[in-house]
Amino acid sequence: MFYKQSINRKLFVWVNAAALTFITLIGIVPFIHLLAVSLSSNTAAMAGEVKLIPIGITLDAYDYLIHKVEFLRSLVVSLKRVVLGTAINMFLVFITAYPLAKSTEQFRARTAYVWFFAITIFLGGGLIPTFIIVKETGLINSIWALILPGALNVWNMIMMLNFFRGIPKEMEEAATIDGAGHWVLLWKIYLPVSLPSIATIGLFTVVGHWNSWFDGILYMNSPENYPLQTYLSTLITAMNAQIQSISVEQLKALENLSEKTLRTAQIFMGALPILMVYPFLQKYFIKGMTVGSVKE
Amino acid sequence: MSDKLAHLRRRNSNIPLHLMLLPGVLVTLIYAYGPILGVVMAFQKYEPALGFLKSEWVGWENFEYVFNLPDFNQVLWNTVLIASLKIVFSLMVPLLLALLLNEVTKNWFKRIIQTSIFLPFFLSWAVLGGVILELFSLNGPINSLVSSLGLEPTMFMGNNSWFRAIIIGSDVWKGMGYNMIIFLAAITGINASLYEAAEVDGAGRWKQMVHITLPGMMPIIILIGTLSLGGILNAGFDQILIMYNPIVYEGADVIDTFTYRLGLFSQQFAPATAVGLFKSGISLALVSLSYYLAYKFSNYRIF
Repeated sequence: MFYKQSINRKLFVWVNAAALTFITLIGIVPFIHLLAVSLSSNTAAMAGEVKLIPIGITLDAYDYLIHKVEFLRSLVVSLKRVVLGTAINMFLVFITAYPLAKSTEQFRARTAYVWFFAITIFLGGGLIPTFIIVKETGLINSIWALILPGALNVWNMIMMLNFFRGIPKEMEEAATIDGAGHWVLLWKIYLPVSLPSIATIGLFTVVGHWNSWFDGILYMNSPENYPLQTYLSTLITAMNAQIQSISVEQLKALENLSEKTLRTAQIFMGALPILMVYPFLQKYFIKGMTVGSVKE
Repeated sequence: MSDKLAHLRRRNSNIPLHLMLLPGVLVTLIYAYGPILGVVMAFQKYEPALGFLKSEWVGWENFEYVFNLPDFNQVLWNTVLIASLKIVFSLMVPLLLALLLNEVTKNWFKRIIQTSIFLPFFLSWAVLGGVILELFSLNGPINSLVSSLGLEPTMFMGNNSWFRAIIIGSDVWKGMGYNMIIFLAAITGINASLYEAAEVDGAGRWKQMVHITLPGMMPIIILIGTLSLGGILNAGFDQILIMYNPIVYEGADVIDTFTYRLGLFSQQFAPATAVGLFKSGISLALVSLSYYLAYKFSNYRIF
């Protein structure tokens, strides 16, 4: 009996490992394919010969890429957006969470403010009215259109607020007795102890800014102002438009006209920063998720 | 001591607290409350030159116009169908993965699997959409696999049912790591002595899973399930927008993409806002209901 069970167990462990490996490969293989295509010769890539190993290996696509104006300038816009946007997001999260973390008896208006912010989680104006407000405030075609509308993320602010509530009261009381006001408490007591939380929330914010592409399409009239992901989305939309062509033969001909290796190289570059950093920072992401419990 | 503290606190005026809130309040007022008020244009014959304040009021005309558009019912159906299937699979697949991963005893193996399953979550739909279009294109790897099996190559992205399946599948692929990690955390929280007792009673791994692990995870499963109820009209805007094309509008055009085309391509601002308001109204009711249920069953609160 015991012997039989352990055989079953062994079998299960192997089948389980195989199944999980298979699922893992499904997640990884598409990116290996993408990289392989981008490193292959254009003819091999277009003929659809490339699977997981580059054929006619060449760096031509990447060589072309580092001189391609559209790619480079959108990369600059993205970097600007990530730096500026994350700085503003984190500043607002930090400075807004502090007063709201006070007790109601200490800060009477707290409840009203909390409702003011919380309502925006449940209510939104939708796409068109938001677009009109952004337009009316003169942000179209400016990088601020990608930063200001989402400058205060209420969910992140609540995460920060909950963290502030966990800071021992004694620290604040001692400083208050020494004559510290709110600004001193904010910068000298709260900021140093909350650096890990700021880093965790900041990580999600950086990824969010790097990944957004639709607001670029919506608010930028000229491609010169597109961030990288928006620029990539235009490549994909262009590729998608080909599907509308009538016959399979026609489609094949069109697909061959596109510069497949260059396109895959650019998509791969759009994923590269995250592919490189993510494995090392994964535990901080997980920490951020479980601290804020269910975020969605 | 505490008297002195209370005195100091009183003297420490609250004006700085209001000042700290000012930037956040301003941004929220303009970019969150502004659009909320702008929703009135759903009841107007909106003229950009006149703005929200001076445009002519037309009552429910925009709603009537939109509901009578020939595609509207199809769009509504697509939205609910795609969103519900996403909700179901985004719950079941990560649950299964978490249970399987929980049986793995080698830590290094566990870590590799977890890392790679979680990876697509951090990539944008611009990148993932590009990857998927590449994979399923006519001379892509999936079609060469199909041909090598002796079948005709398929235009996956130009076929309504295939396209829907790809939308749902790729969304599950992108998101499964997130819920899996939440589920794994729930498993870790189960009292270890329950397993010890079960082992003494002769229960195998399977029985332990059915009688201890799954019941222990029930609260979090119910919580995630209830909270996702509010998203029943969110079928995934930017995902569908980047992957679809006119051939698959019939099967994959959803409320958000429909609003986008109606508003920004056809420049019909007011009718598009009416669709948006219709969606927000239903979503608000469902979200409120789901938070109420989550609070009732799992004691879940945002604050």
